[in-house]
Amino acid sequence: MTFFDYTTLKLIWWLFIGVLLIGFAVMDGFDMGVASWLPFLGKTDDERRVIINTIGPTWEGNQTWLVTAGGAIFAAWPLVYAAAFSGLYIALLLVLFALFFRPVGFDYRSKLADPRWRNGWDWALFTGGAVPALVFGVAFGNLFIGLPFHYDESLRSFYTGSFFGLLNPFALLCGAVSLSMLMLHGAIYLQLRTDGAVQKRAQKAALIAGMVCAAAFALAGIWIAYGIDGYLITSTQDTNTALNPLAKTVEKSAGAWLSNYHAYPWMILAPIAGFAGIALSLLNARFKNERSAFLFSSIAIAGIILTAGFSMFPFIVPSSTDPVSSLTIWDAVSSKKTLGIMFIVTVIFLPLIMLYTSWVYRVLRGKITVQSIKDNTHTAY
Amino acid sequence: MLPSAEVVDLSRLQFGATALYHFLFVPLTLGMTWILVIMESVYVMTGKQVYKDMTKFWGKLFGINFAMGVTTGITMEFQFGTNWAYYSHYVGDIFGAPLAIEGMMAFFLESTFVGLFFFGWDKLSKEKHLMVTFLVALGSNLSALWILIANGWMQNPVGAAFNYETMRMEMTNFSALIFNPVAQVKFVHTVAAGYTAASMFVLGISSWYLLKGRDVGFALRSIAVASGFGLASVLSVIVLGDESGYTTGEVQKVKLAAIEAEWHTDPAPAAFTVFGMPNQNEERTDHAVRIPYLLGLIATRSLDEDVTGLIDIKNQNEVRIRNGMQSYSDLQRLKGGDKSEASINAFEKSKDDLGFGLLLKKYTPNVTDATEAQIKQAAKDTIPNVFALFWSFRIMVGMGVLMLFIFAASFYFTAKRSIGKHTWLLRLALYAIPAPWIAAETGWIVAEMGRQPWTISGILPTHLSTSSLTTGNLYFSLAGFIGFYTLLLVAELFLMFKYARLGPSSLHTGRYFFEKYQPTATHAVESTS
Repeated sequence: MTFFDYTTLKLIWWLFIGVLLIGFAVMDGFDMGVASWLPFLGKTDDERRVIINTIGPTWEGNQTWLVTAGGAIFAAWPLVYAAAFSGLYIALLLVLFALFFRPVGFDYRSKLADPRWRNGWDWALFTGGAVPALVFGVAFGNLFIGLPFHYDESLRSFYTGSFFGLLNPFALLCGAVSLSMLMLHGAIYLQLRTDGAVQKRAQKAALIAGMVCAAAFALAGIWIAYGIDGYLITSTQDTNTALNPLAKTVEKSAGAWLSNYHAYPWMILAPIAGFAGIALSLLNARFKNERSAFLFSSIAIAGIILTAGFSMFPFIVPSSTDPVSSLTIWDAVSSKKTLGIMFIVTVIFLPLIMLYTSWVYRVLRGKITVQSIKDNTHTAY
Repeated sequence: MLPSAEVVDLSRLQFGATALYHFLFVPLTLGMTWILVIMESVYVMTGKQVYKDMTKFWGKLFGINFAMGVTTGITMEFQFGTNWAYYSHYVGDIFGAPLAIEGMMAFFLESTFVGLFFFGWDKLSKEKHLMVTFLVALGSNLSALWILIANGWMQNPVGAAFNYETMRMEMTNFSALIFNPVAQVKFVHTVAAGYTAASMFVLGISSWYLLKGRDVGFALRSIAVASGFGLASVLSVIVLGDESGYTTGEVQKVKLAAIEAEWHTDPAPAAFTVFGMPNQNEERTDHAVRIPYLLGLIATRSLDEDVTGLIDIKNQNEVRIRNGMQSYSDLQRLKGGDKSEASINAFEKSKDDLGFGLLLKKYTPNVTDATEAQIKQAAKDTIPNVFALFWSFRIMVGMGVLMLFIFAASFYFTAKRSIGKHTWLLRLALYAIPAPWIAAETGWIVAEMGRQPWTISGILPTHLSTSSLTTGNLYFSLAGFIGFYTLLLVAELFLMFKYARLGPSSLHTGRYFFEKYQPTATHAVESTS
């Protein structure tokens, strides 16, 4: 990789991880949102099967965005992967246990007719959707505050906080943002893919989720501006070289999470996209432009995630107890060689993935109705 | 402060248990996808409905298994970060790449098209649906390729070097990583084992239908596919056995010697120990029964190359541990700020043995002040559990030979169109369904227990690799895994048995056993969908 310098590659990888996370939130986000609504919007077994079958054939590919984002963080930001995954141990295991229910839930639920069996799997699917949606938000919220961890001289990370320490008010608010954001997205998707009673309920559900999301997102913004210290790198670094995280100095300061918006005013487009996306999504949903509504709820997701990314840039995982140990996009990365190779791999495969994914969605397009479930009762989920 | 021995042991237990559990589902996915491709290809070429029904029915069983494979697979990816954080930091620059590529090149392909395999029958032309099935097979097999490239690197870490600035291993040669001979051999061996498992599964269940005298045509055609594919696969597994990769790489040599309980280097060609009770403490094998020359032939494919014995390996490692102490002190000097050319050169020269020096961290945090006894003990640690390897290997090979016999006989009698008459063979095939799983699990025990005391052979000891967790963390996660995995396994086995018993009647085509001959049984069928 001679045509990019190390600094550029580090920036590109911040962008790529962002794309993968947004891809995950947009694609698997509606699966999680739909599953979170499942027990509430489906009153009968047929209706629940309608809801499940809107995502049944495609959720698996969507979850791969998460798996790939995880793999990409391992490859491009190994220090983040190591420190964050081990530090957030209990939280991530809860996500993992919740995710267990999805593959089996979709495949096994319809294989027996017993209502107890099916009802049990409905709540399992709900758990598999709502818990990750919530916990990912809580985890992001804690990144703003900083995680209590530090390194020793061999770069072994030590996490000194507890699981319950993660459940602070600001982080829970971020959890509410992400859960409501994905429930909005899921409800909009349901409106697009269903008809009749389920569609009507989904429309109402989208309105509730959208308003909660906008309010929580606004509140989180105010909180970041006035209630939380951000972090700043205070030493000069040559970002074009391999950096050891411990070689910099960092300080906490009030309002630091807004400093990027002063330096780069165009970044304000991200939160604007978040709010505008929610509003336009609800507006279009009301006038039954379901495709546009879905486009705008996707934009809302991208805007909200980018807001988080822009605010913290270049930090990824700040350390609250030992700010020097904080991980940034400059010092938590792989070698130039690995970043370069993975750049080529990503540039080749990501467009291919998008291409065949859209083909699959085209083949499977159309409304799922109670009638279509009844006609295919032996083959549908 | 390093993680306590208890944290290390619990982390190993958790990783080993979840990996073995995951691998209950992987082999069937690897092989079944190709069997589905074969069956569907016959359907597309001949237009015979029964082959479509076969694809759909075996596809149903595949789906029940696949869901568990996905469920248990995410665990594996999470665990490197959650439980093996220092490992992830130390080798993530190399090890992370194949995992990320696996996601982009393989998982996406497999998971995006698997839904279309189940739900695309009425939405796609025959040919397009066959292509979808093929892409699922390709995706699942490519994922095996990339994860085994990652695993092969743990056994034989090529194309990487230590960087003292970032305190980790970094990639120096990507193609060396991909074309690692250990990884290539492992890939062929592992996927062929998966094909064998799927063939045994189809063969065993179909044999049961024949024994019960039901769905005979369906079963015979399934047996024809399974016995042919199975015979080819089991031959590949045996002929392209893993041991041809055991001549390169540090731990690979140890594994080979341990598998054969070869304590001393015998003059070439070495004898093969058929039976024995390896005694690790006294470094000998009790009650050994040996066949002259055979080991040398198997292991080196020659008559004049030595197979290095365990005691000699241990003595070589002791020398490397002493070099490693020097390397560790060279590294300390660099980290202390002395970055003179002389210091850098000294470390560059000694760094190949750094990992061996790190073995001493278990006994003394400073490494350089290790006593003679500690050095001897660390050298002794480099020999894995010989008894476990010796016997796991023999169980694996035994299962392989048994399956070779079953597939060969089934293939022969299928060709002579008389398999239905040989009930002993049908019964044997039914009872041998667990055989490929036993072989696969014991095979992994050989490969990974044989890697101890390293996570990365010669580079990073296991006791340094874990996260800084508490035992409470680990009891929480272990309890979760045991609880959820048990629950899910019960559901999985229940459905698998139920649908295997229903057979093709579960497709509700009206053409199969319970639908045609036993009106009383339709109630049971109707209650499922």
